[in-house]
Amino acid sequence: MSFPWANHYEPKHPLMQWVDQRLPLPRLVYNAVGAGYPVPRNINYWYNFGVLAGVALMIQILTGVVLAMHYSAHVTTAFDSVEHIMRNVNSGWLIRYMHANGASFFFIVVYVHIFRGLYYGSYKAPREVVWMLGVVIFLLMMATAFMGYVLPWGQMSFWGAQVITSLFSAIPLVGEAVRTWLVGGFAPDNATLTRFFSLHYLLPFVILGVVILKIWALHIPGSTNPTGVDVKGPQDTLPFHPYFTAKDFVGICVYLMIFAAFVFFMPNSLGHPDNYIPANPLSTPAHIVPEWYFWPFYAILRAFTVNFLWIPAKLWGVIAMFAAIILLFFLPWLDSSRVKSTSYRPMYRIWFWVLVVDVLILAWMGGAPAEEPYVRISQIASAYYFAHFLIVLPLLSWFEKPLPLPNSIAESVLAKSGHRDDSTAPAAGAGHAGAAAAPAE
Amino acid sequence: MVRFLGFGAGLIFVIALLVGALMPREAAVEDPIKKIHLYPEAARWQQDGPLGMGVFGTYDRAQLQRGFQVYKEVCSACHGLERIAFRNLGALGFSEAEVKALAKAREVPSLDPQTGEPSTRPALPSDHWPSPYPNEVAARAANNNALPPDLSLIIKARPDGKRYVHSLLTGYDKPVPQGFEITEGLHFNPYFHSVAIAMARPLNDEQVTYADGTKATVDQMSMDVTAFLHWASEPELERRRQIGVATLIFLGILTVLAWLTYRKVWAGVAH
Repeated sequence: MSFPWANHYEPKHPLMQWVDQRLPLPRLVYNAVGAGYPVPRNINYWYNFGVLAGVALMIQILTGVVLAMHYSAHVTTAFDSVEHIMRNVNSGWLIRYMHANGASFFFIVVYVHIFRGLYYGSYKAPREVVWMLGVVIFLLMMATAFMGYVLPWGQMSFWGAQVITSLFSAIPLVGEAVRTWLVGGFAPDNATLTRFFSLHYLLPFVILGVVILKIWALHIPGSTNPTGVDVKGPQDTLPFHPYFTAKDFVGICVYLMIFAAFVFFMPNSLGHPDNYIPANPLSTPAHIVPEWYFWPFYAILRAFTVNFLWIPAKLWGVIAMFAAIILLFFLPWLDSSRVKSTSYRPMYRIWFWVLVVDVLILAWMGGAPAEEPYVRISQIASAYYFAHFLIVLPLLSWFEKPLPLPNSIAESVLAKSGHRDDSTAPAAGAGHAGAAAAPAE
Repeated sequence: MVRFLGFGAGLIFVIALLVGALMPREAAVEDPIKKIHLYPEAARWQQDGPLGMGVFGTYDRAQLQRGFQVYKEVCSACHGLERIAFRNLGALGFSEAEVKALAKAREVPSLDPQTGEPSTRPALPSDHWPSPYPNEVAARAANNNALPPDLSLIIKARPDGKRYVHSLLTGYDKPVPQGFEITEGLHFNPYFHSVAIAMARPLNDEQVTYADGTKATVDQMSMDVTAFLHWASEPELERRRQIGVATLIFLGILTVLAWLTYRKVWAGVAH
């Protein structure tokens, strides 16, 4: 760890000393999410969403493992087995509604987390790898969620699979062969369902692995903070435990309350009614739409309506949809402003909120039918999306005059709170004594 | 370098999109059905709860039984209810003996225990509601090539499901708009997505005789059968809400305790 003033793990109990010398797992936990990890003292509730994403992932894995015990991955029985879970498995409806709504909530939390990263410049040096691992997780999540939605084998499952896999047929020359290979046939069928089930079970554990890498990479420089000023010394930080465990726990409770409100009182409000109709390859739904969390990218996919530069419109849409996510990998180098926090970037702050509204508009357009005026609005909104990241952001770094930054986190905190802080000086020591005991016992 | 390449790529995307946006469109063909089609009318059931928020609402058992009667005597002639077993009907307030009697009155496909030939036997409480047709071909043959959908999930499988079913069942009286032709064998109903539905008007006043003396108007029967079908779609609804209220109370207390803990831990720490 790169904080010389971080608390050191010193097990007191002989048993813990014995364990520490053989398998220092408690030490790892202590340094990762215990008192041994110093965190900028001024991070706000928006910094809670990383932990919440972890909670959402665990809920998905736990409920998913139970669902898989009762689910049957075959086109003739998949839909019936889901209804069996809903009606005959004890509390099966609870597990399934938690899993279905949990996916939506995972995306809500991750979208907030991404925008928090955009606002506070969390992608900038030295945290580029943390950010890029985050984009990898986002891509894996999208693949996992898409395949999970296919598993109930309802109408939207089938037709969503049909539409999304047909995107690959837009690849020149080999497209149709690639699609057939991915789907395991000429149209989604049992081979598709079984491979999606297999991958849907596998990928969450891959996500978990990347999450561990991400936390590892995060712990080298530590979190950003709302000022964007680097941590300079012990007066700028507080140990993760008990300060941020206590704070994050409040956030987790509030999150679970909102989650429970959906699971228990409006469990189908985020889903599509057509998915309660068993899949029928002979009957196409009037409007095929993916789950809401794909709508911004679905809007970009459909926004390309003309062949341009000898590339057909469909291929443009596919390239653009993937480019819309892939460009996030390059964000650390597209934005060359040295100032991290948008609080001190008066011009970028405006563009940031324009982007937020733009993505909300794209989401709305992605869920709307492919007709006017929605298509034209989605074309303009998509154009802004690309312009924001590839044109506005690089240029802004040259033009913008940032506001003066505070000298340190501690200074900005004390100026804001306006009262004397009795923990600043002995923070490390005090946190050490109290917190060190907890994990060791 | 990244910025130059990005700038170029960005320009190409933006130009491709704006060319598409500026391209003149063919005037959209006015869809006559869209103008006639109606969104379901507002209606409220007991299970919608106070203010229609659906937090405390429970099913009206008497209404569920009436609705079941409408389904049994009218709908079940063409529509299946394959996800409901006779034993589930106990949730409507029927006693065990009544459930057994209800099951016994229906024949289900079976094998003759002596010869092994396909035959039928009276249903048991563990049997599911028997399908009105042996297969899809038979169903279509009997219904002018239309397939009456199974009703087990119908409320969840349609947008605003309860109101949709209620509006559909009561929407046969609307006059056909002038100049709108209904294909032979179809019936005008503005709440159906294509406004021409294969199902003939299923309900007429006094079609069933309610045991509890409720007057069997079309609206009443439609409300009742919709309530019953809602139960068939969401038999767990009441338990779900009970557990939900308990969960929220628990989480509410936990949140307060978490907040107090947070305040205590952070007392005197500027942040």
